[in-house]
Amino acid sequence: MTAEMSSGKVTTREEAPASGSLPPPAKAPGTRFSLNLRQSGIYIAFALIVVLFSILTDGELLSPQNISNIMVQNSYVLILAIGMILIIIAGHIDLSVGSVVALSGAIAAVLMVEMDTPWPLAILITLLAGGLIGAWQGYWIAYFGIPAFIVTLAGMLVFRALTMTVLGNQGIGPFPDEVRTLANGFLPTYLGNIGLGPLDGADLFTLLVGVATVAGIVGTQWRARQGRIGYRQQVDPLPLFVLKMVTASAVVMVVIVQLARFKNLPWVLVLLASLVLGYTLLTNRAVFGRHIYAIGGNLHAATLSGIKVKSVTFWIFVNMGVLSALAGVIFAGRLNQAGPTAGNGFELDAIAAAFIGGAAVQGGVGKVVGAITGGLIMAVINNGMSLIGAPSERVMLFKGLVLLIAVAFDIWTKRRTGSAG
Amino acid sequence: MTDDILRMRGITKTFPGVKALQDVNLTVRRGEIHAICGENGAGKSTLMKVLSGVYPHGSYEGEIVFDGEPCRFSDIRDSEQRGIVIIHQELALSPYLSIAENIFLGNERTRRGLIDWNRTNAEAAELLERVGLRENPTTRAMDIGVGKQQLVEIAKALSKRVRLLILDEPTAALNDEDSAHLLDLLRGLRDEGITSVIISHKLNEIKAVADSTTILRDGRTIETLDMKGEEVGEDRIISGMVGRDLEHRFPPHEPKIGEEVLRIEDWTVHSPTQRGRVVVSGAGLTLRRGEIVGLAGLIGAGRTELAMSVFGRSYGTDISGRVYKDGREIKIRTVREAIGHGLAYATEDRKRYGLNLIEDIKRNVSSAALGKLARRGWIDDNEEYRVADGFRAEMNIKAPGVLSVTGKLSGGNQQKVVLSKWIFTDADVLILDEPTRGIDVGAKYEIYSIVNRLADQGKAILVISSELPELLGLCDRIYAMSAGRVTGEVARADATPERLMQLMTKEKE
Repeated sequence: MTAEMSSGKVTTREEAPASGSLPPPAKAPGTRFSLNLRQSGIYIAFALIVVLFSILTDGELLSPQNISNIMVQNSYVLILAIGMILIIIAGHIDLSVGSVVALSGAIAAVLMVEMDTPWPLAILITLLAGGLIGAWQGYWIAYFGIPAFIVTLAGMLVFRALTMTVLGNQGIGPFPDEVRTLANGFLPTYLGNIGLGPLDGADLFTLLVGVATVAGIVGTQWRARQGRIGYRQQVDPLPLFVLKMVTASAVVMVVIVQLARFKNLPWVLVLLASLVLGYTLLTNRAVFGRHIYAIGGNLHAATLSGIKVKSVTFWIFVNMGVLSALAGVIFAGRLNQAGPTAGNGFELDAIAAAFIGGAAVQGGVGKVVGAITGGLIMAVINNGMSLIGAPSERVMLFKGLVLLIAVAFDIWTKRRTGSAG
Repeated sequence: MTDDILRMRGITKTFPGVKALQDVNLTVRRGEIHAICGENGAGKSTLMKVLSGVYPHGSYEGEIVFDGEPCRFSDIRDSEQRGIVIIHQELALSPYLSIAENIFLGNERTRRGLIDWNRTNAEAAELLERVGLRENPTTRAMDIGVGKQQLVEIAKALSKRVRLLILDEPTAALNDEDSAHLLDLLRGLRDEGITSVIISHKLNEIKAVADSTTILRDGRTIETLDMKGEEVGEDRIISGMVGRDLEHRFPPHEPKIGEEVLRIEDWTVHSPTQRGRVVVSGAGLTLRRGEIVGLAGLIGAGRTELAMSVFGRSYGTDISGRVYKDGREIKIRTVREAIGHGLAYATEDRKRYGLNLIEDIKRNVSSAALGKLARRGWIDDNEEYRVADGFRAEMNIKAPGVLSVTGKLSGGNQQKVVLSKWIFTDADVLILDEPTRGIDVGAKYEIYSIVNRLADQGKAILVISSELPELLGLCDRIYAMSAGRVTGEVARADATPERLMQLMTKEKE
């Protein structure tokens, strides 16, 4: 069963995100192939890694509980990766996110545990604090003109120091139950379980959400396709479109069914899914998102096209601050404690996720879905290797090589297709 | 051994799509100062890069004979070993290193593998004396003026035992005093037996210092004039530079000129990098609906700086002057405001400043006016596609589709994308900076047709160009700039290359 399932995953994962975000292919067959190879390489790699570890772990990787674990354990890095991809598209970098995660966890802890602030208010204040931190860094980068590398390197030290000051060098906990549930828990069982034959019982509500999601994806894609046809644009031939939709739906349903068999949907997955949806829209469809690409693609041309470069740069760092704070709350809630070493190295995971996910070092290129896939690749490597009992140094080694190979592949395809930049 | 130190024969150098040099011949006599002149883009710098090995042997056709021996330089080190040293227009000094360190950069005075500072500074001091520069060799290069930096470059050349010194526009950034000193120095070096080749736009300098002059035009040698024998005037050189053949390279156009749209008065701009240097000085011009106005000038005349400073202060500091749009004075502080007032500026450097080369045609076309395609901040991408595809058809952009990446298009098609982008902003004043630079002849004709069409739609167009034939063939009226000033205005009927060249080379009275 596992072998079939994982091989099914190969094709599905590779196609699914592409169907949502790929522009219709160019006419020339040669360019089309290389274009697809570059953009879908990441998904192929993801599928291969999933297959590899499914085999190595005898299917344990894709078991209901483990899929749920992967989501919950990596949600904060994936949230950071969303903010990071925007910054990297704009041609900057943020090294401070790990420290900001720690500081916002500490702020949340002090508010909730020591000052007994109601948890929704405490979270709101923490997110505002994150925004202020982002504004601080954004000011120096956008308006003062200091390279982001320097500003956020300084921030990495400063905010870690503030974390220790706020915490008085000790962990603060425990967090209110609601926050722990948000970070670690699942939606309640609304409609009870139903039997799925050989797959045992599964949560009905989860399954319904899955069906609604699939319907949503297929419906939006169909409408987009009809819209393009209305404007006489080139679209995928119908069989290819159907194939993409079927595989995308299959992937979603496989994940959903496994989650339903374990418990309900994890809260963080709901949160993460909304963030991915929102930021995908922002990058694909919003004027603001388009300006981020324009700045990263050619700063001078963007300036001379009347784009408010400084303001856009400022706001993507504010955004990163808010997302870091959100990740900080979730991370602290999961551990049920805000500690001085929280978030150590998260910035590197987020940056690696963005680059593995196809972002270009020079800026101007990248996708939210790519960064999420990049983050999931690392998550699967982490998880799969710990399942087979590999020592941590080997995990690190493997992750490092994957990062290098991913970027090398990106540069190689770019050179081969002879595109500029 | 002959009397000629250098003979270049039949040099042809091709870049993708452009023949930069075609069968060029250059003969330089031993111990003379030989001037090379020609319009911007005539091939002067390319020729010198061929000679100095910047373009290695094999990347061009033709032969180079230096001092009686054929040369096949594979890089600039090769040519320097033979005693050919080129000093580029943009000085190549390392600002934080001392004068002495700069002079011996890559050629360090060492003892047992370590730098011998006493020898370095002592020899540098000798060289500085030879070029007449009274500075301490340990002064940092950034702390001396441009004129003195130029002398350091020459000292550096002398340290390499130079026999043929090539100077590319050596006085372009210098004031009169520094220029005079430099020319004196060249004469002094000539008396020491060092041959110089000098590329210059400044005809009075050429007349003052050169023993002979070779004129290039459109990548070909036109003639070599002996400056000592017969009486050669500036007019003689000008007529050689501009040529007399204006072929039918321009689509016919009957202008329909309307009322004034844009007037610039008393516009002054200072350099953002060199404190206090005036780049544009009291310039003024007027554009009218349906009129194509040219702006002529040599490199450094301040044309681009004028245009960019008006376009939302994209260049310069300490900008003063007045801009009137449709008769009313307007203040333009940002590019966005400039676009809002209906101004558009298509840059001279498409790749660096004009296009996002990693994005497709569609996104480049929409980039300056995304607001038109968006409702509440969300872009209608089908509408965007329709707009871009409309421009692709109208402008005849040759690409598989509007989702093709602009970095892969030819220069002409890239320029059409840039023009589309600005037309889409609904601008009624279009400033086109070198609109046909690096574009082949056929595409040029298309660009000219587009410009004519835009004028017929009632837009005012300012064409900045370094190609006089282009200005003469395209424009209804031409302004000329020299050294930051507008030195004159010529109507189409009165415009001749000679008249323009006079205005373009006019010095401050």
